[in-house]
Parts: sequence; C-alpha cells; structure tokens
Amino acid sequence: MREFLAIATALILATGSLLTAAPSHAQSKGEIVIGVQCDRTGPTQIVGTVLCPAFHDYIALVNSKGGVEGFKIKGLEIDHEYKVPPAVESYERHKKDGAVTMAVYGTPQIYALAAKLTEDRIPGTSPGFGSAAAADGVRYPYIFPIAATYWSQGAAAVDFVKKQLGGSLKGKKIAYIFYDNPAGREPIEVIEDLAVREGFQLKTFAVPPPGVEMGAQVLDIAQRFRADFVIAHLFGGAPSVSIKEFKRVGYPLRKVVSFVWGAAEANIDGAGGFGVAEGYYAMQFAGVGTDYPVLNEIREMYRKQGKEPPKEMASTVFYNRGVLIAALHVEAIRNALKAKPDGKITGVDTKAGFEKISNFTLGGLVPPLKISPTDHEGGGLVQIWQVKDGKFVKVTDWFAAYQDVVAKHIKESGAKK
Amino acid sequence: MEPSRKRSCERVPRGRATPHPTGPPRARRVDKSVIQRECGVLKTTYEADMGLYPLPIARWTVAAVAVLFFAVIPLTLHEYYLSVANLVWIAVIGALGLNILVGYTGQVSIGHGAFMSVGAYTAANLANRLGSPWPVNLLAGGLMAALIGAIVGIPSLRIKGLYLAIATLAGQLIIEWTINHVTFISGGVQASIEVARPRLGSMVLDSQRDMYYFLLFFVVLAIVGTMNLMRSRVGRAFIAIRDHDIAAEIIGINIFRYKLLAFAISSFYAGMTGVLYTYFLGIANYEQFQIGVSIDYLAMIIIGGLGSVLGSIFGAIFVTLLPIVIRYTMEAFGGVFFAPQTVLNLIPNLRLMMFGALIIFFLIVEPEGLNRLWRNIRSYFRVWPFAY
Repeated sequence: MREFLAIATALILATGSLLTAAPSHAQSKGEIVIGVQCDRTGPTQIVGTVLCPAFHDYIALVNSKGGVEGFKIKGLEIDHEYKVPPAVESYERHKKDGAVTMAVYGTPQIYALAAKLTEDRIPGTSPGFGSAAAADGVRYPYIFPIAATYWSQGAAAVDFVKKQLGGSLKGKKIAYIFYDNPAGREPIEVIEDLAVREGFQLKTFAVPPPGVEMGAQVLDIAQRFRADFVIAHLFGGAPSVSIKEFKRVGYPLRKVVSFVWGAAEANIDGAGGFGVAEGYYAMQFAGVGTDYPVLNEIREMYRKQGKEPPKEMASTVFYNRGVLIAALHVEAIRNALKAKPDGKITGVDTKAGFEKISNFTLGGLVPPLKISPTDHEGGGLVQIWQVKDGKFVKVTDWFAAYQDVVAKHIKESGAKK
Repeated sequence: MEPSRKRSCERVPRGRATPHPTGPPRARRVDKSVIQRECGVLKTTYEADMGLYPLPIARWTVAAVAVLFFAVIPLTLHEYYLSVANLVWIAVIGALGLNILVGYTGQVSIGHGAFMSVGAYTAANLANRLGSPWPVNLLAGGLMAALIGAIVGIPSLRIKGLYLAIATLAGQLIIEWTINHVTFISGGVQASIEVARPRLGSMVLDSQRDMYYFLLFFVVLAIVGTMNLMRSRVGRAFIAIRDHDIAAEIIGINIFRYKLLAFAISSFYAGMTGVLYTYFLGIANYEQFQIGVSIDYLAMIIIGGLGSVLGSIFGAIFVTLLPIVIRYTMEAFGGVFFAPQTVLNLIPNLRLMMFGALIIFFLIVEPEGLNRLWRNIRSYFRVWPFAY
C-alpha cells in the first residue's frame, strides 16, 4: 500500500510539473505578462468575483484578435484575500514571471507595494482606491491611480450637488456620511475646502466598521441636521444599509450621491432592488450598462467558441471596471511595444506607455483620460448615473471639477514629505 | 514509548558501563570524537539537563541548519523564494512573541496585531520626525509596544481565559481606533507613514536578499532569546503561572509582576515584528495590523504547538507557506479537470477550503501541534530500527 501511494504521488507530481512547464513552449512571437492581483474570497469579494473575470475576458479578446503588435498578453492572476503578506508574495511571483505591469488590488496592498514598485521600476495601478496623493507622477513615478481618486470624487460630488441645488451652495447644508477608515476620511479635507469656498455648511457623519449600523447617523442627517443633500462614501455592505436606512426615515434618495464603491448593481440589490433605490445617484469611473462595442465583441467571442457570455457581465458596473483596468494596461503595453517593437520591454517602458495614454475611450466605456508624467490620475473624470425605472440611467457625461483645489492638496501632501 | 528510550544503545565511553549509582553527580564524560545518537535520558547533572545542546550531534545539526539558512538558501534561490522566506521570518518573530504569552504563560491575547502596530508607528514616527537610525527605532518600537502591552495586560490580573481574550480584543480595537484617529500618531488621515529603507553603513538594504539577512539576524536573536528566557527563572515562573496560578503564587511567584512581564515581553516581540514589517514594506499602514492579523498569529501557534519554540517556527511556516503550496499544486493540476477561466475562480476558493481542512487534519492527527508531530517522528527514528 505504501509503495503504491509513493508511486502514485510521484506520478502525480511528475505530470503536474510537466503540465506547468508545457505552456511556455507553445507561444510564437512571445508573451507580455501582466501581474493581476485579485480578491475573490476576502472582504471585497463582491467586487473581485466580477472584476477579475472581466479582466481576463478583455485579455482573451485582445489575444483572439491577434494580440498586441503581434505579442500575446498573459494575465497572471493571484488571489490575495485582501491580505497584505499574500499580496507581497504574489507581487514577487509576478516579478519573477516577468510581469511588466501590475494590477494591484486593494488600498493596504498598494501602500505595502509602493516602495517595491518604485525600486523595481514596475508600474502598478490603483484604480478607485489607494492614496489620492499618488496622482502626483513626480513623487510616485510608478504608481498609477488611472481613475478618479477620492479627492477628485469629492470635488466632483460637490460640483454635482451644486448643479442639483440650482447652481449655488450658499447657505445650503450638505451631509458627508463616510466609512470610518483612512479611505473614508481622505476626501474630507477637499470637501471642507470647498465648503469654505462655496459657502455651504458641511457636517460629517462617521460610520464605524463594519458599517452595518448607521440608523442614528441617517436619522440625524434626515431629521436633525436636515441636509439639503447627502454625499455618501461607504464600502462593502454599508452602501446597501445606507439606502435602506434613508428609505426607512423617509429621506428622498434623489438627494443622495454615492462615491464609486457604493455605486454597483450589487449595492442596489443588497438594499432590496432597484425599486427601493429609485432616485439614488451613483458616481462611476467606468461606463455602466451593456451597450458598448467592446462588450459586444466579448459576447461575440464567447458565441464563436459556442459558449454563453459569462453571467458576470450582468453586473455591469464591476465588469466594466474590470474591462477598463485591463484595457488601460493593454494600452500601456501597446504604447511600450510601439516604441520598442522587438518586444523586450520592461516596467520603465510600460511606465512611459501609461503616460502616453490619451483619449482612449473604448466607445465610451473609458473616460477620455489624459495621463502624463506629472498626472497619473488622468484628469479625475467621473460620470453620475441615477437609479431609474429598474436600471442605471446616465445623468451627466464625463466631468471633473475643482481640479485646482485637488491639485493644491496633492501639492501640499508632497510638500509635507 | 518511554521505557524503550531509557535503554542505553549509545556508544559507551571507555571504562564506565553505566553511570555510577551512588557516586556524586558528575558530568558524564562523552567521547566527542564520535557522532552519537541519544537513546535515553542519561543526564546526571542539572547543567547537562539545562544544556542548549542536549547531545554533541545537536551542535552539528545547528551548524548544518545555520549553513543552510545563512549560505545555501540565500545564495542559490531566486529572490521570489527569499521574499516568501522573509514573510516567514516576520511571522516567526511574531509567533514566538505570542507563544511566550499564550503558550508559556497561559494568557490568551487577541491583541497581537495591535501591539505590532504600536511598534510600527513608533518607529515610523521616530524615523520621520527625528531621523533616528533603525536600531534605535527598532528598540524604541519594541519598548513602546512592551509598555502598551503591559497596560493592556492589566486585566489579566483579575480575569482569565475567554474573559481575558475579550479584554485584549478591546485593547486591539482601542489601539486601532487611536492610531486611526489621532493624526499625531498616524501622520495624517491616510494613517500611513512612509519609511526609508534601513542602512548598514553606506549600504541600503532594499533587495529581498538584503532583507533576508536583515530579518534572519533578528529571527536568530528571537529564537535564542526565547530559548534562554524559558530556561531562566523568569521563564519557569511563566510556566508555573500557566500550569497553576494559585500554586505558583503559593510557592512565592509574584503573579502581578510576572503576568505583566509576560505581556511586556510578548509585546516587545510584537513591536519588533511591527518595526521589521515596516522596514520590509517601506511603510507603516494601520490596515496591515488589523484584527485578522491577531487571529492569524493565534492560528500559527495553535497549529505549531503551544509552549514551544520550534512549534512557533513550524506554525509560522505552515500558515505562510501552505496557501502558496496549495496554489502551486492547483495551478499544476487544475488545468487537467477544468477550463482556465474556471480554474482561476476555483483556485482561491478551493485553497481556502483546503487550508481549513488541512488545519483540521493536522490538529486531529496531533492536537498538540506540529511540534509534537515532529517530536513523535524524531523519537521513532531515534531508536529505529530497534523499536523495542
């Protein structure tokens, strides 16, 4: 029996090592590797289980059309459960496997890897999370937020509220309800500045983690403070709870605008569906809905293989964000390969590639970003969508606001160092 | 088991077949020219019983392990494997510290992650505000954590077991909240402070290989420190308190002092871990020390073996490496059964399940942890092939 077990184990291990070794021979012109970190099992799994498949779908689409400049793209994914040590390990593994860009996932993870990315000269992206100060490409040469940071989101939210309240905020009352962690508090300084400039009264309401209990705060906003508008910045299950609570106290949801992590179908479903959340405004850094050419191409690709399009595509907010992140990585690689057609590109080349991205919109799914060596955020563009008749309806086109205030904070943060 | 180990199968030194039955407790002369295997408890003096090296062969083992870790591994392996080793080293120091408190002194703590953050932020603030060098920051981080740990440990004088666990949990949450909200400590709303890489003379320790040596040095210090601590009066007092605190008090151990000392020493280790982690990552960020980290460290010492140095090391290795090993295995075999996209979704989920299942498996096989498992295997082979 023991001999049998030993032989069986040896055989299994041998096949295993052969199988892992096999794919590397199969390619023709070569592969460009992207390191993809993901959280499909940790606290943010509602995002990861949709966002990561989207990432791979887009890469598969690019490869099915012949790759980038003749090179195939390979997205190596490692799940880190939103923990830091596995993120460090997966970063090093991706580096070993020759990754030229890193799609980092999670705020503590991008903080933990920032020093390494800079030392190793590999660009890492932090779309929709991480430090807003990282928009400064001079101070953080290898960190790319590539989407509106929390500072830009705060500025955009105030601008949107101003338009909703008739073009002036003088004397108005705005409530800012936020998840009580660093990411939740980050935009306060920008909104406070704007309160002084626009003359509105700002009151902040902290929701302690895990963010499932906010009855008192919502009641306060609705009936004591009597806010004219609410800006919400919550994570995980908290946005759903906030929608339910606002509904319960009778505060109109058409006076609530949420930051990007309270803006997905999953958040609305968690609150009881689109019927409950009617009127709720949601901020987006990628287009929403299924009606984009690139998504049609992905569906077409699946049909050609005789498969149904994946069910993740129904969760359009997270899926489209996954496509956006993948597309920007591929664009950076494309720019790098254009400059170096022999394919021997490194992180330095893809960094330059990211910094050349300009007006790449994928038919409206991606905002017209303009990433430059000094601005790694690309303009801080967002759209506002509203829950209406069972779906998200676009209210504004891509816009950014008060970029002078945001720039001032980026500069101050750099000076503090 | 025991009687078989008492049998003398050692190469007997010349001129003396057995220890003198009535003679003075003299040290047995051991012929150091032959490598000997131990096969019984043959110690006749207290010195021999307390020796760090129970047998001459232990010296050789330690030397071989040292060569392996100081030369063979760092000089032959790719940086990736060293980065994994570095994560293990950090976990080893943290687990040793927690084991002093939980395993040796019997005081449950769910605040280990918070004590690490105390060390991390102390060092980060010192480095950025005063520009002090890393040895100073390291020591200061450890001492500050020891102080805070001793304060959090005060309830241990009145309560035990699960109640103490909840009290330390409160400590964890209060420390988390404080760091999160007091910008003087956290350095701003983002609660993260960047720290420059440690320097050794003119050399900047930034590659994984440099970090490997840097961390290994402290791992050795921590291991030797813990082993010696447990042989000392203090260590024995800890063990007495764990085994029966009232009895310990009756034989003259100052419970108040030693319980708080256990918290302080354990937190000192935690603080050091936090500082080393900060230097390893180049940043102190409070989200790296949340309650999940405390639970992970508890898992390490329970899986490894409470109250043993080797157990802490095994536990740290097990918890850090197992997910990686499982992932490699899944990557190798997943493609045989499933489509690539399915594998990607399957790997993390199955890994979690297998991780849990393996922990349960090992704890059923040996409830006293991996350390006991290792000792069982060792004592089996010690008398092998003469099992009786």
